[in-house]
Amino acid sequence: MSAAPLPRWADVVVIPAINLVLAFLVAGAVVAIIGENPWRAFLVMIEGAFVYPGSLGYTLYYATNFIFTGLAVAVAYHARLFNIGGEGQAAIGGLGIALVCLALDPYLPGVLVIPIAIAAAALFGAGWAFLPGFLQATRGSHVVITTIMFNFIAAGVLVSLLTGPLIRPGQSTPQTRNIAEGATLPKVHEILRAMGFDAASSPLNLSLLFALVAAVGVWVLVWRTPFGYRLRTLGESEPAARYAGVAVPRTIVIAMMISGALAGMMAINDVLGAQEKLVLNFTAGYGFTGIAVALMGRGHPVGIVMASLLFGALYQGGAELSFEFRTIDREMVLVIQGLIILFSGALAYMFEAPLSRLLSRRGRRAVHA
Amino acid sequence: MHEVIVDIAQILASTLRLSTPLILCAMAGLFSERAGVVDIGLEGKLLMGAFAAAAVASLTGSPWLGLLAGILAGMAMALVHAFACITHRGDQIVSGVAINILASGLTVVMGIAIFSQGGQSPPLSREERFLPITLPFADALRGVPILGPIYADLISGQNLLVYVALLSVPLAVVVLFATSFGLRLRAVGEAPEAVDSAGYSVAWLRYRAVLIAGLLCGMGGAYLSIAHGGGFVREMSAGKGYIALAALIFGKWRPVPTLFACLLFGVLESSASRLSGVSLPLVGAIPVDVVLLAPYVLTVVLLAGFFGRAIPPRALSVPYVKDR
Repeated sequence: MSAAPLPRWADVVVIPAINLVLAFLVAGAVVAIIGENPWRAFLVMIEGAFVYPGSLGYTLYYATNFIFTGLAVAVAYHARLFNIGGEGQAAIGGLGIALVCLALDPYLPGVLVIPIAIAAAALFGAGWAFLPGFLQATRGSHVVITTIMFNFIAAGVLVSLLTGPLIRPGQSTPQTRNIAEGATLPKVHEILRAMGFDAASSPLNLSLLFALVAAVGVWVLVWRTPFGYRLRTLGESEPAARYAGVAVPRTIVIAMMISGALAGMMAINDVLGAQEKLVLNFTAGYGFTGIAVALMGRGHPVGIVMASLLFGALYQGGAELSFEFRTIDREMVLVIQGLIILFSGALAYMFEAPLSRLLSRRGRRAVHA
Repeated sequence: MHEVIVDIAQILASTLRLSTPLILCAMAGLFSERAGVVDIGLEGKLLMGAFAAAAVASLTGSPWLGLLAGILAGMAMALVHAFACITHRGDQIVSGVAINILASGLTVVMGIAIFSQGGQSPPLSREERFLPITLPFADALRGVPILGPIYADLISGQNLLVYVALLSVPLAVVVLFATSFGLRLRAVGEAPEAVDSAGYSVAWLRYRAVLIAGLLCGMGGAYLSIAHGGGFVREMSAGKGYIALAALIFGKWRPVPTLFACLLFGVLESSASRLSGVSLPLVGAIPVDVVLLAPYVLTVVLLAGFFGRAIPPRALSVPYVKDR
């Protein structure tokens, strides 16, 4: 006995909504247990994410990161590959940007350096995902484990480069020198001010546009190209894909590299846009947040952009929590994030059967009437 | 000569202390994964265990209650994993990721709520911790050539949980390979349908395996915060759960080789600081970062099939559906 498949609107709207509400309810319970008012905390987060001057810019800035990492996870997931190496791929992508900019910005104008740097971010990210993909495709080494290991290796590589050859001379903070003025992406508030608007400062920069373009690109790639068709066939059933003539190993490697390129491009937002230099640990767990975003967004670019906005608001609003409450820290956001992954990922099927039964019962009654 | 032996005994002792949380977590992963449930949530359970142990030890003044709390916290997280993966057949990797992130957040949020010290626990006094145990005659025998320092500095003078971790390995061997429970547990990771048709509950067997994993991780956490360390610090698990997972794969899902993998990774960690700046013939100066990355690199190399294949349990990560 298996329940009838859910209608599309229920699958796309109702199930994610139930999961999201549950995650917030449990997080609210945690807030209540530590003795604060969950509703007030919620309002503080909303205000912190959208209302204060500049807060919307921060929200969108965080969302930009999550669009990239969420798309990265989603592309691989369509081929049933679980790329949890976004963190490492983004870090290495950042390294690519830094190497290009530090090497070229004294010689070339910004208009040339920026596209090369962006390409380097994608290329380095793709390169870092190549080996896990290749080993999965040819040796069957599980991509989950290898990407975890590659996250640690990437972190180690960045530590040794940023405390060694790449460190800005004469300082001890593990970061590079600043990228030359003209070779960075303009910030949105600078553009707005130049146009005569009054805009509060925020790290939001042109990367958001690239992220949205990437989202459209992923949609085209996955649903409108032969490669996307092969990707989804592989995700549905590997034997079927093989029988249909899909070159399975090649598809796996390419899927992982596209995924890695998207994760690598997350670094554009931070290294080329916000910080204008490579800083240790700039990835700050955003690669893992991409998992939550992809799950929430059900692997579809539209869903991912919406989920990214939600998580951007959570991150920015969560920062506000620690100012307003003595006992709540921004780590509360991690709790919410973990719960969202749990409910909309691991427990995704919990409500499917009951909801489907409920709907089909109502449907039957309608037919009988 | 005597000096060298003393040195070696002390290096091995520090290796043992660094390996202890790895051994406990790797044995945890062994039980879970041998039963067919992937456990990348070792890290999160370790962290929760560490926090709960330090918090309770600090509030009650008893390391024993702290240990109990650590174990219960580890098992509570394991129960969430089991509920998602076994009862609801959710994705085991997604669930593990959720547990790790949840643990990162919850430990800090609760730490600030209870102690208001930025997520740390107050430093624990000697009475609130498990201290090194001096075995009988350790000091008297220290002068005996070769065996003396080994007994006094390596075998004696460790805390209770180090001995527990070492005992967990033979215990895992016995439970997994010499009891009918162990036979069924391994069978459920290879061919759950066979166990099911023999009349045993696949779900209940997997639940028990996952709970054992929670128990062991909780102990590992307690070791970090109330035995090896003197209090809880944010993110104090620092990737040890993942290294344990690597050790488990490196040991090809078998207890004794896994123990040796843990010890190998422990040696690398304990020697990293000693090796920094030392220059070896042919190799030159060894960068510490490279030594610290060795466990991850070695695991990838192993997974690539360069020194024998690591073949996971057949039903690993596959939820069991009865009517298939």
